Amino acid sequence: MTFNKNLKNLFLVVFTTLILSACSTAKKSGNLDGDVYTGKETVKYLASGVPDRIFFATNKSSLTTASRATLRKQATFLRKNKKLNVTIEGHADERGTREYNLALGERRANAARDYLMTYGISGNRISVISYGKEKPVNPASTPLAWSQNRRSVTVKVN
Amino acid sequence: MKKIYLALLFYLISFNYSKALIEIDITRGNLDPLPIAVSPLHVDAKSDQIEGLKVKDLGNNISAIIEKNFKNTGLFNTLKKEAFVQKPDIAHLKPRFEDWRLIKAQALVTGKLLIKDGKLKIEFRLWDLTAAKEMTALAFTTTPSNWRRVAHIISDKIYERLTGEEGYFDTRIIYVAESGPKNERVKKLAIMDQDGANTKYLTLGNELVLTPRFNPTNQMVTYLSYFRNMPRVYLLDIETGMQEVVGNFPGMTFAPRFSPDGKKIIMSFAEDGNSDIYTMDLETRVVERITNHSSIDTSPSFSPDGKYIVFNSDRSGLQQIYVMRSDGSEVKRITFGKGIYGTPVWSPRGDLIAFTKVRKGRFYIGVMRVDGTGERLLTENFYQEAPSWSPNGRVLVFYRETKSGKKGEGFSASLWSIDITGYNERKLTTKTDASDPSWSSLLSK
Repeated sequence: MTFNKNLKNLFLVVFTTLILSACSTAKKSGNLDGDVYTGKETVKYLASGVPDRIFFATNKSSLTTASRATLRKQATFLRKNKKLNVTIEGHADERGTREYNLALGERRANAARDYLMTYGISGNRISVISYGKEKPVNPASTPLAWSQNRRSVTVKVN
Repeated sequence: MKKIYLALLFYLISFNYSKALIEIDITRGNLDPLPIAVSPLHVDAKSDQIEGLKVKDLGNNISAIIEKNFKNTGLFNTLKKEAFVQKPDIAHLKPRFEDWRLIKAQALVTGKLLIKDGKLKIEFRLWDLTAAKEMTALAFTTTPSNWRRVAHIISDKIYERLTGEEGYFDTRIIYVAESGPKNERVKKLAIMDQDGANTKYLTLGNELVLTPRFNPTNQMVTYLSYFRNMPRVYLLDIETGMQEVVGNFPGMTFAPRFSPDGKKIIMSFAEDGNSDIYTMDLETRVVERITNHSSIDTSPSFSPDGKYIVFNSDRSGLQQIYVMRSDGSEVKRITFGKGIYGTPVWSPRGDLIAFTKVRKGRFYIGVMRVDGTGERLLTENFYQEAPSWSPNGRVLVFYRETKSGKKGEGFSASLWSIDITGYNERKLTTKTDASDPSWSSLLSK
């Protein structure tokens, strides 16, 4: 009897764990959409309402819907400030090999640059630089920190 | 940078190639290391005094370096000196073999040295105690300040005689010395002897530097520097300190390595976000594009005959390892295992490719045959990558990073080595945190 009861409890525990883990892998939870950071914790602003950075999924350089919205705001801001030039810094998390991450950071920065260009910003105004995994904004070794570090940041240069 | 020249004269006293009874098979993990006694070298009482050098202790110091080298191979069991049964000078003339066998030694190293007229004269003998005969004897003459190198060269000669393979003790390791908090790391190029001695810093830490690699034919180095915030591949002469940018690329160049003849640099160049592989001939300055693909192509490494290139690409969707002819033709994927693969490096012997593998959030250093078969994972950790081969292709050095806490605390980076047998994993001693090691070829050949 006791054994049966224990077994029942065990099932219950397993069942709850399944539900919980289902929640955590569900599309949106807390500050993550999949594994793309959606929070504001590390974000700075080029101007009021113009976030300076976008975030990426692991090993990816494709732009999310939220990233595109951010970049359109940056494009509007840059159109208004015609004399301003920017550098886009591409970054990766610490969970990849150094050389691949340098290439990945470069690809992320260029994805942002290309998008700004399709919104009418001249390529001459946008330089890119990749730092790979060299400059984490959050130094913790946690999935949240890694999501904050997979980013491209638009920085004013003048 | 001071010239590190070694005026070295060495001549054979005798090289006894009659069949020895003791030999070491280093192709397997050695669970039964060879018991060896390294006698302190006898210091001749007529030796001159040299300023800044404790001549009296030189015999002990040299034998201590030899001992440490042997111990670190995992192939030798170096016996305690307290048990030694004969004085160094007497043993060097002719050991009483049966007495040394009593302390279970199978091999014995003896030697003597003399400093005269500003020169260090040194000789050593390797004795096969089981067969009761001399295996090797060599004598050297050099400047006294080279005494550490002499100890390494003696180690190499003994290793070669006992294993039949070239040694790797008279070598250096170039690496990136790291300091400061994890999100504001200061990185400098540093170089040290293989055993951790003689650390020198080659850059000041004003700009980010990464991935230094030795030229396999001399002591030049190629690396990535963020000088003036322009990440480019540089060439550095570590004897003169002269540096120059490699090529005139309008964007980031990275992941450099030398060709086996030392005449070209192979690297990635990122153009409009896409990284492809290029070579540049250092003499003619001719740049050649080797890959042309919309995916990331990086971490190229030549085969020792120069005919093939192994590299890292995500053209299949995730990082995998590919081999192609050195002109870029006949690209073939060689990794199909579960997980992703990076940092391929061709062994100097040509038979294996070392790599980093990431699977289920764990990092592995492994080796496989050049067609991708026979994968063997040597070590697993939270984070490790970037293997570099010892010049004899028997040992890998790589770096590890630890998991860090909320504020980056507990973070460290360190150099490690492991035999390709998967045995004998050990941490290298460095003055600071360290990453991106590259092993030089033998300094004297």
